[in-house]
Amino acid sequence: MKSNILKVSLFLLISFVIVAGMAFPIVEKPAHWYEFPLIPGLEENAKIVFFHVPTSWVSVIAFFMSTVFSIMYLRKKRIEDDYKAYTAAQLGMIFTILATVTGAIWAKFAWGAFWSWDPRQTSIFALMLIYGAYFALRSAIEDDEKRAKLSSVYSIISFITVPFFVFIMPRIMRGLHPGSADDSHSGPVVNFKMDQNMLLIFYLSLFGFTVLYYWMWSVGHKSLTLKEKVQKSYN
Amino acid sequence: MKQAIALFRKDLSSEIRTRYAINSLLMFIIVTISVILYAIGQEKISDYLTGGLLWVIVFFTAMSGLSRTFVSEEERGTVMALQLSATPETVLSGKFMFNLVLMFSMNIIILVLYSLLFEAFVLKNLSLFLAAYLLGNIGIASASTVIAAIISKAGSKGTLYPVLAFPILLPLMLTLIETTKMSMDGTPFDESLVELAVLGSYNVVMIAASYLLFDIIWKD
Repeated sequence: MKSNILKVSLFLLISFVIVAGMAFPIVEKPAHWYEFPLIPGLEENAKIVFFHVPTSWVSVIAFFMSTVFSIMYLRKKRIEDDYKAYTAAQLGMIFTILATVTGAIWAKFAWGAFWSWDPRQTSIFALMLIYGAYFALRSAIEDDEKRAKLSSVYSIISFITVPFFVFIMPRIMRGLHPGSADDSHSGPVVNFKMDQNMLLIFYLSLFGFTVLYYWMWSVGHKSLTLKEKVQKSYN
Repeated sequence: MKQAIALFRKDLSSEIRTRYAINSLLMFIIVTISVILYAIGQEKISDYLTGGLLWVIVFFTAMSGLSRTFVSEEERGTVMALQLSATPETVLSGKFMFNLVLMFSMNIIILVLYSLLFEAFVLKNLSLFLAAYLLGNIGIASASTVIAAIISKAGSKGTLYPVLAFPILLPLMLTLIETTKMSMDGTPFDESLVELAVLGSYNVVMIAASYLLFDIIWKD
């Protein structure tokens, strides 16, 4: 019963965010609570912030969680931790694809091309490749323990390349993405260009997607653990 | 360290006896370069493109050659003996040294052939390029060695090797391509210290991580 209330309220929250994010108009001088301010250089395109940023945020969280559970597996050698890491990676892949696709569609309208090897695009592409390689490695190994061990090691090695993408790539390559170092007009969007209402919807969306991810993840890893248990008891 | 050198010499002498890796890598380089030359034909290609293509050749040559060190141990069934007689750190050091030598020798061949055959490939700042080349080779060798260890334990699946190595090598590759462009432009050494520092820090991070994690990979 308690979890039903949680699920229903999560559903309502995300529905509200989706409706508000799409339907609320963007005006020059917002007078009502349901109007968003105009951000120069982004205009109507700014609305993607409610969907694109949370999905990419979740994909990074999922990647981080996958690494943390990989480290925990290597320390304690509990197979459940490996299932947790695997589920996080699976969900991370879904959210990474969502973030890439929404970003590419947005880029078509904002920059004129679906793909232009912006540092952010490069790093999300690398994240996709890492997930792909992780799944390829997992499917190549039959033995449960060996698979858990090697994929945990791979997940840790791939995690240490993240600082290079986050901190160093934007320095080397020119950025088009809002919030890049040399971006003069749309600037750090989150900090001061959004007004209170927009920020509130944005944070609600961030919160909603994170809780959604967490719920999907906990269902996912539990069902995986049960499935493996059932399979073992049959053999 | 002495043991690591002994392991390195063992690999080297077995390589010199069979010349399997050297011969096949040499042929691989020649085939790749001729395919690229054939594809270009009479077209005039831009200078930057040759700089990028160089790294394509280096990457795939590394991918076809560097996994052998660990895979051959698995094939010959000598892993158990190695596990008993040497510590994981020694094994990693020996294999890393061997891969480093292999990487450097084949990249010298690639570079010589490449600069002879591609007229558009002109380096205005040679010292910058050589510094990047040195650091880049160390980086590729270090990441490839630890990935090769994972592959050899995953049933020696050869096709998996580039798939696993590419995302790890991507930051290194992008920086190397950028530095190659810079040295083709003739950017002075001082202005490209950031890129060289990126390459250097990548090497440090990757080598440190390999030593930390190799223990787990190596022990069954």
